[in-house]
Amino acid sequence: MGAQCNCQNESNKKVEDLLAKHRGNPNSLIVVLAGIQQELGYLPKDLLIRVAEELNVPLTDVYGVATFYAAFTLRPRGRHSINLCLGTACYVKGAPEVQEAIEKELKIKAGETTEDRRFTFDVVRCLGACSIAPVMTVDGEVHPRMTPERVPEVLAKYE
Amino acid sequence: MTFQELEEIRSKAKKALAVRLGGEPTDEYKYHVLVCGGTGCHSSGCQDVADALEKAVEAAGLKNTVKLIQTGCMGACQLGPVVMVYPGAYHYCNVKPEDVTDIVNDHLKNDKFVERLCYRTPDGELQPTIKEMDFFKKQHKIALRNCGIIDPVSLEEYIGMDGYAALAKVLKEMSPQEVIEEVKKSGLRGRGGAGFPTGLKWQFMADQKADQKYVICNGDEGDPGAFMDNAVLTGDPYSVIEAMTICGYATGATKGYAYIRLEYPLAIKNFRKALEVCREKGLLGNNIMGTDFSFDIEIREGAGAFVCGEETALMASTEGKRGEPRPRPPFPAQSGLFGKPSNINNVETWANICPIILKGADWYASIGVGKSKGTKVFALAGKVVNTGLVEVPMGISLREVVEEIGGGIASGKKFKAAQTGGPSGGCIPADHFDTSLDYETLASLGSIVGSGGLIITDEDTCMVDLAKFYLGFTQDESCGKCTPCRIGTKRMLEILNRISRGLGREGDIELLEELAYMIKQSALCGLGQTAPNPVLSTLKYFREEYEAHIKEKTCPAGVCKIRGAKKATS
Amino acid sequence: MATVTLTIDNQKVEVEQGTTILEAAKKIGIEIPTLCYMKDINAIGACRICVVEVEGARALQAACVTPVAEGMVVKTNSELVRKSRKLTLELILSDHPQECLTCLRNTNCELQALAEAFGLKEVRFTRGAAKSATEADIDDSAPSIVRDPRKCVLCRRCVAVCEKVQGIKAIGPVNRGFETIIAPPFDQKLADVNCAMCGQCSLVCPTGAITEKDDTDKVWAALSDPNKHVVVQTAPATRVSIAEEFGMEPGSINTGKMVAALRRLGFDKVFDTDFSADLTIMEEGSELIQRITQGGTLPMITSCSPGWIKYIEHYYPDLLPHLSTCKSPQQMLGALIKTFYPKKAGIDPENIYSVSIMPCTAKKFEAERDEMNDSGYQDVDAVLTTRELARMCRNAGIDWNALPEEEYDDPLGLSTGAAVIFGATGGVMEAALRTAYELITKEELKDINFTAVRGMEGIKEATVKVGDLDVKVAVAHTLGNARKLLDLIREGKADYHFIEVMCCPGGCIGGGGQPIPTNLEVRLARIAGIYKADEQLPIRKSHENPAIKKLYEEYLKEPLGELSHKLLHTHYVPRGVYRKPEDIPESGSGH
Ligand SMILES: Cc1cc2nc3c(=O)[nH]c(=O)nc-3n(C[C@H](O)[C@H](O)[C@H](O)COP(=O)(O)O)c2cc1C
Ligand code: SF4
Ligand code: SF4
Ligand code: SF4
Ligand code: SF4
Ligand code: SF4
Ligand code: SF4
Ligand code: SF4
Ligand code: SF4
Ligand code: FES
Ligand code: FES
Ligand code: FES
Repeated sequence: MGAQCNCQNESNKKVEDLLAKHRGNPNSLIVVLAGIQQELGYLPKDLLIRVAEELNVPLTDVYGVATFYAAFTLRPRGRHSINLCLGTACYVKGAPEVQEAIEKELKIKAGETTEDRRFTFDVVRCLGACSIAPVMTVDGEVHPRMTPERVPEVLAKYE
Repeated sequence: MTFQELEEIRSKAKKALAVRLGGEPTDEYKYHVLVCGGTGCHSSGCQDVADALEKAVEAAGLKNTVKLIQTGCMGACQLGPVVMVYPGAYHYCNVKPEDVTDIVNDHLKNDKFVERLCYRTPDGELQPTIKEMDFFKKQHKIALRNCGIIDPVSLEEYIGMDGYAALAKVLKEMSPQEVIEEVKKSGLRGRGGAGFPTGLKWQFMADQKADQKYVICNGDEGDPGAFMDNAVLTGDPYSVIEAMTICGYATGATKGYAYIRLEYPLAIKNFRKALEVCREKGLLGNNIMGTDFSFDIEIREGAGAFVCGEETALMASTEGKRGEPRPRPPFPAQSGLFGKPSNINNVETWANICPIILKGADWYASIGVGKSKGTKVFALAGKVVNTGLVEVPMGISLREVVEEIGGGIASGKKFKAAQTGGPSGGCIPADHFDTSLDYETLASLGSIVGSGGLIITDEDTCMVDLAKFYLGFTQDESCGKCTPCRIGTKRMLEILNRISRGLGREGDIELLEELAYMIKQSALCGLGQTAPNPVLSTLKYFREEYEAHIKEKTCPAGVCKIRGAKKATS
Repeated sequence: MATVTLTIDNQKVEVEQGTTILEAAKKIGIEIPTLCYMKDINAIGACRICVVEVEGARALQAACVTPVAEGMVVKTNSELVRKSRKLTLELILSDHPQECLTCLRNTNCELQALAEAFGLKEVRFTRGAAKSATEADIDDSAPSIVRDPRKCVLCRRCVAVCEKVQGIKAIGPVNRGFETIIAPPFDQKLADVNCAMCGQCSLVCPTGAITEKDDTDKVWAALSDPNKHVVVQTAPATRVSIAEEFGMEPGSINTGKMVAALRRLGFDKVFDTDFSADLTIMEEGSELIQRITQGGTLPMITSCSPGWIKYIEHYYPDLLPHLSTCKSPQQMLGALIKTFYPKKAGIDPENIYSVSIMPCTAKKFEAERDEMNDSGYQDVDAVLTTRELARMCRNAGIDWNALPEEEYDDPLGLSTGAAVIFGATGGVMEAALRTAYELITKEELKDINFTAVRGMEGIKEATVKVGDLDVKVAVAHTLGNARKLLDLIREGKADYHFIEVMCCPGGCIGGGGQPIPTNLEVRLARIAGIYKADEQLPIRKSHENPAIKKLYEEYLKEPLGELSHKLLHTHYVPRGVYRKPEDIPESGSGH
């Protein structure tokens, strides 16, 4: 508990600093949202309202921006983030089959989080590593040349 | 730093770099061992290799004679992790941590290269060094000149590769207009897709009177399957910073923004570090190199929207708004970021600037063909043997790239088509295998050079499926502002979906064509105006494949899942 | 100004530099169709209905945003242009419920009109076609307006008005691409956000995606109920606009016909909100004098516009003491209709059903406020906008042209020119000055026309010598302009005594419940009508209204008296801009 609280506090402090730094500056909206997303893994409602107030941006715009960009999520994510590349190179080399395998394994669709919050699964477009397609990352760890068969074994590594 | 300090650093750094440029070592090190730290190699585990090498070198007591460096992308990413050993430019492929013992013992201690780690062609020919490797033979590196050779964040190494000589030259001896003339004369055209003459664009901005102007680097690189901008930003960030600074001087801007997509953390990290170093050394900030010219750059990270590569959307996004394009005019040069005159160029465009200034416009214009001057970096991917980044003179033939550089189609299948220009581009069928890769020729075939995505397909690729993939991408990435793109691409995709499921109807092809043509005509921005291209060009060259799906309910390539379809060949 | 010569459809035309192709074409009689464009407010080039061919251009250009250039050659009616527009329209309709027959905008819908004009015969993209919004997205939570995103064409005219004119942006684009809809943030309903209920969005919406909430059924039910005594009042601004619904010119004064129509619809008594507008002046004028002489909070700000009231409650709760405590004329009359009137007429107030005809959607909200039941009942039971009244008339088969002119009923039907001008921006101020001047100085006002406070300028100021006092006043219309004055007050820089704020551009004549279209020209015509009506009236100062005098004598006794306080004054509710996070529903639009 204690440890968790600390890291929570640290995050809160970072978010507060971010808000303070960009107070009154509507142009910083995306910068601030990205900071919160990075710190907390999603954009909580209360913070979006704070952002609207501190940056002096209508909440409608805050929400409009939050729902425009794929990098922002409004719900807490799972403990582990799976990103499967569906860029051209990966697509051509069989990423759709890998996607099917992941969805079957986790019983969720792309963009969703498993019931037990273990995984959030997203598809992305090109990670700039097309030569080792199809590429999947879990929490940033890269798994090159994925195949449907390797899915269960790779995912088993993440508790 | 002053001009003189710059030259002092350069002469020292040049000595250290001599070996990597083909000479003998002129510094205290006998070997330079370069570990590629580009995104591709990073993904295939280069960090472990680098760590293992460091330990092994230390253990072998070679620390003082072997210089270890992590570089940006070397090009042949598919063969990563890649380790290069100089002198000689030995190119070790797929290196695993356990391989470093051999590299240390055989090569670094006994001067015998490790044959088993070297590249072999599909027919078994050994090609141990870059000079011998087919993949590199036909390449001509300008934009990628430093990538894979230097430590990306080391300013000294950059300077050793003639870095900041262009800026020094510009500040010392060229007027802003002279700089613009030089860029104009070089014939350089924007590498971000549209191919607009860069010098002319700079001129527009220079001609504007305003209290504030901006220079923008477009590092959004949204084309899925292209990663040259990533390579430059990660592997040679100073080249972009220096070029933006030169543009600031030429056009009267004092502030720059580098918009880099979020999916490139390594690029962001290296670019940020490079900015810090430049500020520290007086190469950014007030009174650059002691002159009265001031310029600084800020990074803006993308947030996951392909459309933000479009210039007006990028500027909206930089202003913290939804990345929705707006009609032009006004053009960015008149009213851009924050309503001020702005000049926006692509990363690869920036990477070409300094060599043009240093070696002259005539030199640059002598490379390439017709109105397509210089080189172009292509991200070669798909069903070829060697994938990776290749920088070639404009005008090279598609066949040369696929067969000579790419080593031909993997697993001996037949070349079917090349998709160029990513989701805004089109395909080039086998009939045009000898086509020249340049702006005009590709346009005449219904495709584009675009950002340089080059996806090779073979007989196992279904063209309906490929078109569906690209359209699915653009449909998904449509900002939704204008009607033709928002609803039109959706309807096109619905039709493609039913065709690929064997539910296509008589008249669907004509409906697709009508939609495609009208969306191109009426959409607000480049995304919508080019979104139908993959469909149109596959229809142009592979209409019978569409017809097979609709009339015979079968996918000739055996890709589409059609219930009750006749078993497809292959 | 430099000019540019270009060719449009083989005709040469010379226009000012910077003109759009759309405007240039209009000059030579070519009406290029538009959908998302709205002069001065929305030029975003989004719908692509206005595309034209420009020689030398790679693709078609949107006429509404493309500036002319010297030597430009434009075709507005080529085969390509027609086909493109038609396909764009067809695409819009493929994501649109074709429910014209049951749509409030039936026969007055820009989309429908385009479909008719383009001769669209078929929508080919329907089988298995996805829709960007569903019935679940319909939001009828608010008493004033209903949103139906299924009918939205994403022209964003509503967003532009709400943001640029009202400075609120209660609604805006959410999500991206095909999924984009116009909505309040999170999955909130309009009733739960900072919307002022002004209905300006419903005025500019080209389709039925934002409409007034139709309450005509409620009123028909009351009219058919034999036990109900149904009383109606009509706002000042409705008399110069209602006739537009029946094809007459904007600004035509149709007071008498409107009264006649209401009788034919079955209302038992037809009263005039103008009466209570005069009453407002008595109360508000007295309050102002009291504040000036006894050191109350100044500047005092008018309180008769409920859209404005809701706005200040959300955004400037700290400034609420500046508001006059007077209810709006609608609510003053509402309270009297259920107290004074039944007493006088010998009717049980329980059986009175009180309806008002308003130019305004916010009035629907106002009538439902908790504070508005000082009679012991909800003071106003139903509020109909001008548009709804017209609808009822059409329903009842009333031939407007054949209607006679009739008079309002006693005792709440007599009014003055001062009351009529309430409907235009500056009118309340002018009416108040006419009365305050004479009440304070006890002298007759020589020129009763305070033209300095008239007109469409956003903020108007004047200093009026009243006896020894220089009364400084300001008038603002639209919330965007109001905000400027409020910021001055917050900064302590507003040394005005009295400020009039009207929520809607032009005042109530431009209210959110007025006939569509309501644009600048229409507003100006209605304003002209208002001042004409003022001039035609025999009495033009509120305090000279004999019925008002009588009301005080018989019932209220004196302005600001005990009964006045109970029935005619109110208090306000600080709301805060946004709800507390815990009250906001979990959003469904996450990725
Ligand atoms: C949908 C769309 C996406 C684009 N994406 C990129 C991109 O990722 N990188 C880029 O440099 N240019 C991109 N462009 C082109 C830019 O709008 C712009 O033309 C370019 O950055 C100008 O630089 P250049 O003249 O150096 O090519 C895109 C254009 C469109 C229409
Ligand atoms: S090039 Fe190879 S060794 Fe170097 S970082 Fe990349 S993967 Fe690792
Ligand atoms: S073409 Fe597509 S991406 Fe471009 S503005 Fe229109 S909807 Fe947005
Ligand atoms: S909005 Fe217009 S087109 Fe749509 S249903 Fe209503 S009347 Fe018909
Ligand atoms: S217009 Fe056509 S569809 Fe509408 S009611 Fe008349 S006949 Fe029916
Ligand atoms: S009613 Fe007024 S405040 Fe509310 S959304 Fe419409 S324009 Fe905005
Ligand atoms: S609600 Fe109406 S005004 Fe608003 S965007 Fe939709 S169609 Fe346009
Ligand atoms: S101005 Fe508006 S609030 Fe005042 S009386 Fe007229 S309609 Fe009612
Ligand atoms: S100005 Fe008139 S129409 Fe507009 S909100 Fe106020 S009272 Fe209603
Ligand atoms: S397409 Fe998957 S990494 Fe580039
Ligand atoms: S990333 Fe290493 S060779 Fe491209
Ligand atoms: S009216 Fe011109 S694009 Fe909509």
